[in-house]
Amino acid sequence: MTTYRIALAGNPNTGKSTLFNALTGLRQHTGNWAGKTVERAEGEFTHNGKTFRVIDLPGTYSLYSNSADEEVARNYIIFEKPDVTIVVLDATSLERNLNLALQVLEMTNRVVVCINLMDEAAKLGIRINLDRISERLGVPVAAISARSKTGIEALLDLVEKVASGRIVPVPIRVTYSEEIEQSIQKLEPFIRQTLGDLFPARWVALRLLDGDGSLLAALKEHAGESAPVKEVVNYGQTVCH
Amino acid sequence: MAKPYATNSSNSLDSLFAAAAKLAEGNSIRDGIVSDIYKTTHEICRESVRYEDRKKLETTYRLDKIVTSPIWGFPIMLAILGVVFWITIAGANVPSEMLASMFTWIEGYLTAGFQALHVPEWIHGVLVLGFYRGTSWVISVMLPPMAIFFPVFALLENFGFLPRVAFNMDRLFKKSGGHGKQALTMSMGFGCNAAAILSTRIIESPRERILAILTNNFVPCNGRWPILILLASLFMAVGVSSQYQTMVTAFIVMGMVLIGVAVTLAVSWVLSKTALRGIPTHYTLELPPYRKPQFIKTILISSRDKSWNVLKRAVLVAAPAGVITWILGNVDVGGTSVLNHMAAFFDPFARAIGLDGFILMAFILGLPANEIVLPILLMGYMSTGAMVDADGLDNIKQIFLDHGWTWLTALNTMLFSLLHYPCGTTLINIYKETKSVKWTVLSGVIPLAIAIAVTFAVAQTVRAFGWV
Repeated sequence: MTTYRIALAGNPNTGKSTLFNALTGLRQHTGNWAGKTVERAEGEFTHNGKTFRVIDLPGTYSLYSNSADEEVARNYIIFEKPDVTIVVLDATSLERNLNLALQVLEMTNRVVVCINLMDEAAKLGIRINLDRISERLGVPVAAISARSKTGIEALLDLVEKVASGRIVPVPIRVTYSEEIEQSIQKLEPFIRQTLGDLFPARWVALRLLDGDGSLLAALKEHAGESAPVKEVVNYGQTVCH
Repeated sequence: MAKPYATNSSNSLDSLFAAAAKLAEGNSIRDGIVSDIYKTTHEICRESVRYEDRKKLETTYRLDKIVTSPIWGFPIMLAILGVVFWITIAGANVPSEMLASMFTWIEGYLTAGFQALHVPEWIHGVLVLGFYRGTSWVISVMLPPMAIFFPVFALLENFGFLPRVAFNMDRLFKKSGGHGKQALTMSMGFGCNAAAILSTRIIESPRERILAILTNNFVPCNGRWPILILLASLFMAVGVSSQYQTMVTAFIVMGMVLIGVAVTLAVSWVLSKTALRGIPTHYTLELPPYRKPQFIKTILISSRDKSWNVLKRAVLVAAPAGVITWILGNVDVGGTSVLNHMAAFFDPFARAIGLDGFILMAFILGLPANEIVLPILLMGYMSTGAMVDADGLDNIKQIFLDHGWTWLTALNTMLFSLLHYPCGTTLINIYKETKSVKWTVLSGVIPLAIAIAVTFAVAQTVRAFGWV
């Protein structure tokens, strides 16, 4: 039986944990991320006969490694490469929430966008054109209400399709200013040469241009881990590589 | 296992990083990246989100514009705080009197019963004059203000006001070198310092977290509100005509809170310029929507969780403390009671800072929990033979007056309570969180030093000018 790994990303207060609980029920356990004081919640559920291991990433407003939370979330998506990342958005403040979705889409195309709190939005008279958003983002979009558990089946269908490769999203590409774009172009070949195709070169270029020292440190750490000569499972290394 | 990188030396990663830094030319491109992302999301939303009723959405924003505005933010905050204190003080007086006279009435029957059964005098002393009286004082003095203050505060909390307070305070904390979230942990401190210490976990940077831990004690917690409110209403509004007394009392309590906040900021500022140097890190504070509080539920829950628990703790500790204090007050060594010996020992120093030996002793014995400082103090005074009929707040004041209290004593007791070291539970939590004896000791010693310095300065100034 196939087991897929799913990550839940999203801003704080979007009902991400409500969704996590709705998905996993009692089949979950919590702990800390290795070496961090950030809580790590992991659980399991089945859908259409497939098993999904789902990890609830810390709620963050961005993935620019401003804090330990953001670092944990970013490192998981980049280094652990989940089969699908569900980005949970708050329907009542979609515009602000979409920023995080765009940042995730720069890191991976295996994304399903999940717009939560649809009932609240309806109460406030907010009408959301899901097809249009899906079209613009280039990834499947599901609308749910985690609290009343509506729309979750449809969400999971999409998640399964992306996980199994039946849907291959082609995400939107944010165009930056000419200056930034030129720098990205200069860096990209250099990045491919150094890191191979393990990481999205465009995203790495952006992070490096932003002077993200913590990413550099994380890359070095993982370079050490994955070097063939050092085939030792270190303490603190996650099992599901 | 992940595949190895194309090139596996960390040198090549470093040179990649250096190349990127060179391209960026030392400019921060973060703003450019973020604004382009915002532009894109704005565009997507313009195409796909439709608002049927913009007004509905804007109520929160409109209210927040006023409540968190640079001009109106602080006056509104202070006004609300003032109203809460006013309601508490105005509402607590009558039930306090009623409870006190009820307990006195019962005490009369208890004493009569003990006498009818020919119970030895010392048992009557321990049980009625120590245990019963101590406990009933605590209940009649502390229950009414708590039963009003906590539910009112909880209603404000549920309405969504506290995040706005944190938002307003954020500017000040940034300026004093702390983290904006310190405003949140400080707000928690108004409830319970021990819990607030745990809440400092939300601050990532160790420097800013220590700052928040060290200064949390300066806002009054559940255990200290009663002593502040009681002393303010007994002593501080004396010269004022009666219809304004409640208002003046509320102002005094509010003044205490402001002093606490000012000290928090000042200590943060000094520490961030000396022992804990550094630049404040940024963070995002989300203002949740205002919600209509569920009145009945909030009142019931806060009564159960806060009012009842604080009272229970006070009674549980105060009851045995009442017995011990009574015994200490009635066992004579060399003609004077043990209690008097102890108080006399502290007295010279205590006088210098405007207190007396009993008050200082109550604070020292009150280390386990701030709730019991007032009960210990009252029992200490009562056991020294000053027999007063305990039937109302006036008589509590009489007890204080009999022991030479002036408004200066009351003021300095309030200041000392506000500033002195955190309670034992809080200290234990600080140790658990910091794993450092140094910071734990400092978090007790810094407030204590400030408390002594402030009360000393106030006492000496007031006496030098001959105001008492």
